Amino acid sequence: MNWLVFLKYLLLMAGVTYLIRVLPYVFMRKEVKSRFFKSFLSYVPYTVLAAMTFPAILSATGNIYSALAGMIVGIAVAFFEKGLLVVALSSCVAVLIVELAIKFIF
Amino acid sequence: MSSFRKGLTDGLPIGLGYLAVSFSFGILAVAGGLNVWQATLISMTNLTSAGQFAGLTIMLSGGSVIEMIVSQIVINLRYSLMSISMSQHIDGSMNLPRKLFFGEFHTDEIFAVGMGRPEKLGHKYFLGVIIAPYIGWSLGTFLGAVCGEILPAMVTNALGVALYGMFIAIIVPPMKHSWKVSIVVALAVVLSLCFAYVPFLKNVSAGFAIIICAVTASVFGAIVFPVKDENDEKDKGKDKRPFEGGTE
Repeated sequence: MNWLVFLKYLLLMAGVTYLIRVLPYVFMRKEVKSRFFKSFLSYVPYTVLAAMTFPAILSATGNIYSALAGMIVGIAVAFFEKGLLVVALSSCVAVLIVELAIKFIF
Repeated sequence: MSSFRKGLTDGLPIGLGYLAVSFSFGILAVAGGLNVWQATLISMTNLTSAGQFAGLTIMLSGGSVIEMIVSQIVINLRYSLMSISMSQHIDGSMNLPRKLFFGEFHTDEIFAVGMGRPEKLGHKYFLGVIIAPYIGWSLGTFLGAVCGEILPAMVTNALGVALYGMFIAIIVPPMKHSWKVSIVVALAVVLSLCFAYVPFLKNVSAGFAIIICAVTASVFGAIVFPVKDENDEKDKGKDKRPFEGGTE
């Protein structure tokens, strides 16, 4: 990507993220009490990650079949709470197996 | 043990985890069209996972300034709350310049180990605790980006899924334990599918789509399933989230 365009985005991204972290650190004195706001924030990480993952994961690999395999295996392993790395690696392996299968068998 | 050493020890496992997660961020960034240094620079200046990933999506799709700003605010808003909690958990050595510096390093995991410490924290602890995570996050991105340029497409395809796999690993366990989370997440996914496939909605840019899905589903959750008030045990827990499971 063109460096000038890149730096514009980077500055925005890093700047906003920095201010979000530091302004409350320096200026806020009290804990947030609002139940609505706390509830909202407790849901945000999950909804953000869900919206970013589905359906984007389906177009993240060479073809939809390997992507589906990676997704299904990931969900299955995550269901048994195997931890971030194990889930991630299982997804990778599933994708690799299906892509190899498609290339060499079909 | 000195507080610097304590911090260093607390930070080590975090750094190792970050090395792995950011590796796949590096791969995705290069696959999308950034070069190795650009990918690494993002990690060195942001130190977030979901926020960076959304930012990358917006960059690559040529998103607008507003889109970038709003997405970073929404996705990273939880850090504000962490910073507020942390501001009650530090000692007098944390003067203004130190706050301005160390505040940048409030990630989910560093916050969790810091709040887990019984004592109030000073700048020496923070100096120790940020080293491994920062190196892990930056170095992992660099290595991932380099590999992304060298390795064949089939391997990078597989490795690129790793980040999504980790997101799934964060989302699924709390869904298993709470049907409320399941419903809220399901709503976010359905909305996200609409923005991907329904005509007209399909034209909404990637960044705004993420924001709309996440905010709508979370507001729905906050109204219909508000979390329990935990004021009784404030400042005790490591993780103030009401649900089981880790953060990213």
